[in-house]
Amino acid sequence: MERKNCFSHSSKSNLAWGKRNKGHASTRIVVFFKLKFCNVKNLMIDFKDCSVRRRIMKRKLAVVASTFSVLAMLLAGCGGSGFSSENSPTSGSLTSDKTKGLNILIASSGDPETKAVKKAVQDWATKNDRKVTVSVASDINQQLSQGFASGSPADVFYLAPDQLAGYASSGSLLAYGDQISNRDDYYPSLLQSLTYKGKLYAIPKDVSTLQLVINTDMWSAAGLTASDYPKTWAQLENVAKKLTTSSHVGLSFSPQYARVGTFMAQAGGGLVNAKGTKATANSEQSLKGLTEVKKLIASGSTAFSSDLGTGWGGEAFGTGKAAMTIEGNWILGSLAADYPSVKYKVIALPSGPAGKGTMQFTNGWGIAEDSPDQKGAVSLVKYLTSESVIMEFAKAFGIMPGNSKFAADWEKEYPQQAPFIDGLKYAIGVPAAKGASTVVSDFDSQLAQLKNTEPKAILDKTQTNLEAIYK
Amino acid sequence: MFAKTDTESTGNDFVPYAPKKIKHAKEQLSAWLFCAPMLIILGVFLVIPIIMALWVSFSDWTGRGNPFSAGVHFIGVGNYESVLTTPGLAQSDFGTAIRNNAWYTLLVVPLQTLLSLLLAVMLNRRILKARSFFRTAFYFPSVTSSVAITVLWLFLFGSTGSINAVLSWFGVKGPNWFNDPRGLLQILLAHLGVSRGPSALTQHGLLGISWWDWLAGPSVAMFAIILMVIFTTSGTFMLMFIAALQSIGEGTEEAAIMDGANAWQRLWHVTVPQLKPTIFTVVTLGIIGTWQVFDQIYTGTKGGPSKTTLTPAYLSYSAAFDNQEWGQGAAISFILFVIIVVMTWIQRQIMKDRKMSRRKIAYYEALKSETRGLRHVSASQLSSSANASGRGEDHHE
Repeated sequence: MERKNCFSHSSKSNLAWGKRNKGHASTRIVVFFKLKFCNVKNLMIDFKDCSVRRRIMKRKLAVVASTFSVLAMLLAGCGGSGFSSENSPTSGSLTSDKTKGLNILIASSGDPETKAVKKAVQDWATKNDRKVTVSVASDINQQLSQGFASGSPADVFYLAPDQLAGYASSGSLLAYGDQISNRDDYYPSLLQSLTYKGKLYAIPKDVSTLQLVINTDMWSAAGLTASDYPKTWAQLENVAKKLTTSSHVGLSFSPQYARVGTFMAQAGGGLVNAKGTKATANSEQSLKGLTEVKKLIASGSTAFSSDLGTGWGGEAFGTGKAAMTIEGNWILGSLAADYPSVKYKVIALPSGPAGKGTMQFTNGWGIAEDSPDQKGAVSLVKYLTSESVIMEFAKAFGIMPGNSKFAADWEKEYPQQAPFIDGLKYAIGVPAAKGASTVVSDFDSQLAQLKNTEPKAILDKTQTNLEAIYK
Repeated sequence: MFAKTDTESTGNDFVPYAPKKIKHAKEQLSAWLFCAPMLIILGVFLVIPIIMALWVSFSDWTGRGNPFSAGVHFIGVGNYESVLTTPGLAQSDFGTAIRNNAWYTLLVVPLQTLLSLLLAVMLNRRILKARSFFRTAFYFPSVTSSVAITVLWLFLFGSTGSINAVLSWFGVKGPNWFNDPRGLLQILLAHLGVSRGPSALTQHGLLGISWWDWLAGPSVAMFAIILMVIFTTSGTFMLMFIAALQSIGEGTEEAAIMDGANAWQRLWHVTVPQLKPTIFTVVTLGIIGTWQVFDQIYTGTKGGPSKTTLTPAYLSYSAAFDNQEWGQGAAISFILFVIIVVMTWIQRQIMKDRKMSRRKIAYYEALKSETRGLRHVSASQLSSSANASGRGEDHHE
């Protein structure tokens, strides 16, 4: 017994003290030697090198200082070469340095678009004896921003209206609107969304509108005919309910202003007024539109595409999770490529209390202020927006022209898409002021919770945010 | 003649020393030469950009041309104000991002530290077969691209993904993971019948976010990302713990076994205290890494659903590149820097070795002297038993 106790005591202390007690004599000697050796060595160094050390320290300081001065020089050099420091705004006269060639940056929807744009640009280059490079951006906002910051941006590029104000206010864009003679042929609402402080910064590349796409098989399966195409909100509610089964909903679209806004437009509202000068997010009309969306969703006949586990309305429609969707003309290409077996028809969206309403989207051709060959760039844009090229693009990747003069020809060629081009007569755009895109994406993020939120609360918050921009 | 020999002799005396001196200087020079590429690279790609970003955060730079050019003005702390104090979208977005990231850090850091520690302890056991296989398997997610893993995760947690398929076998209808913006704590409270917070929490807040929303917990989507990050990073930290475990040695462990400590006691009272420096490193790296989370958000959710996976690092990027608010973007990144420094400092203070209390010192002293006494006794016993050899092993006092 005694022995056991004694043992446990000693090992307990071992535990508490770790290795210290285990090392005994031999370790202690080694440690002693190490200490002694080190001390002697240190002493010797101190004795010998006292002055040397001081000198070394001085030299080190000098080297560090010189390194920093070199860095500073590099920094200054950056200003000269890497970044363009002198940006004298060209007033009136355009630059025309043909030696460098033109860089074109596009955000392509896929191979057909890339090929068609490359071909058109190359055609222009051979005619005008220039060098051109077409690049497809993976993230066009980021790549454009990098270009503008470095002073050597792409010369010609796709430009979204919600990005335009930001770039234009920093002077990165060339306001070449007055160089375009046929600018009045474009739909005025399109030009307005590409205008900043009275100057037109881009010519519409194409335009899209939203309409109602219906699955004809599901339509007839529900016992509906062509006479049942909804003309009013009440009829829409009715057919959506009839089309809803256990396997799919009647109507689906993504929870974003760029879809929900159609209802607000049909009620005569929108996030901003028609001229894009005043925030009208919580107006009575806008509230009516959003309340209708909430009503549809609450009835169970309508669901947001994200609630169906799909990325957008087209996917919900193509995979048969919804019988109707609200989408733009780009859905046709996607349906043909990904869901070729789905039979569909495009019809006009129903009218609301204020009549017909839809939304339009456009992309413009932007030209960089820093481009060494602005003249060539303008000429290229003129060529890319000419009728033959536009019709070629329409055939290749299904765009709709923003030029009203081409509309008749286009409609003749694509009669099944007539509702889309008709929509341009009564469509509203997305807010395009600087900072508006953040507000719209905040609105979108609130829409996802529409089920559990009052429409008024969402619109009031958006109104406050918009009023900070539209003062 | 004499003089010559004299100088010769003195020269001879100094010859071994003098060239050495010159060589020393040369070494200095060549050392700097060898360091120069790294210094220049660090300067150009790290020091200068940081200085530039700091300047941008105090300026009205619009993203065009050189931030140091004449057209860019110093505007004081305006950018910081719009993010921190001016009520508006910029402030509430920043508040949301901080809220999300705080929950993310709060969950990721302890969980990944614990998991990696447990993995390391398990893999460090001699008895385990195919140790190197498991080591590779657990480390594998760390070397795989985070983008690839994010995409895989999106598939797994999709509304019709594998996770929900497995859940459906048990009759559970899985949530639409990456589309559910509700906070986990609020979901729990909703189950208990509380769907609205008390007005004390909903009426007041910080950074444009009400306290009720601060306390909502991570959203389901954020939780999925949290799981993913723990899965990918614990391998790296496991490796650090394995290295630390191997340097500990087996002496203490054996002593503890002899003392009759069970596996759990050995882990908590013997192994973990000795791993303290490594735990410190892992937690520090964890805090820094979690506050900088970006790729999973950029490739995965882009801040959605309803901004519940928005993080300051991603917000800084989108403010600059998508909204052309370069000053705000830079300001956010410097606020993030301050947050990281402060959090790391706090963690250092918490984990610092404290001075032992007087009572504890006295206790250990008593133990020590007791042990000495016992040693003395046992030594005398030993000698007495040696003297009286043949008396047998069991001896009594």
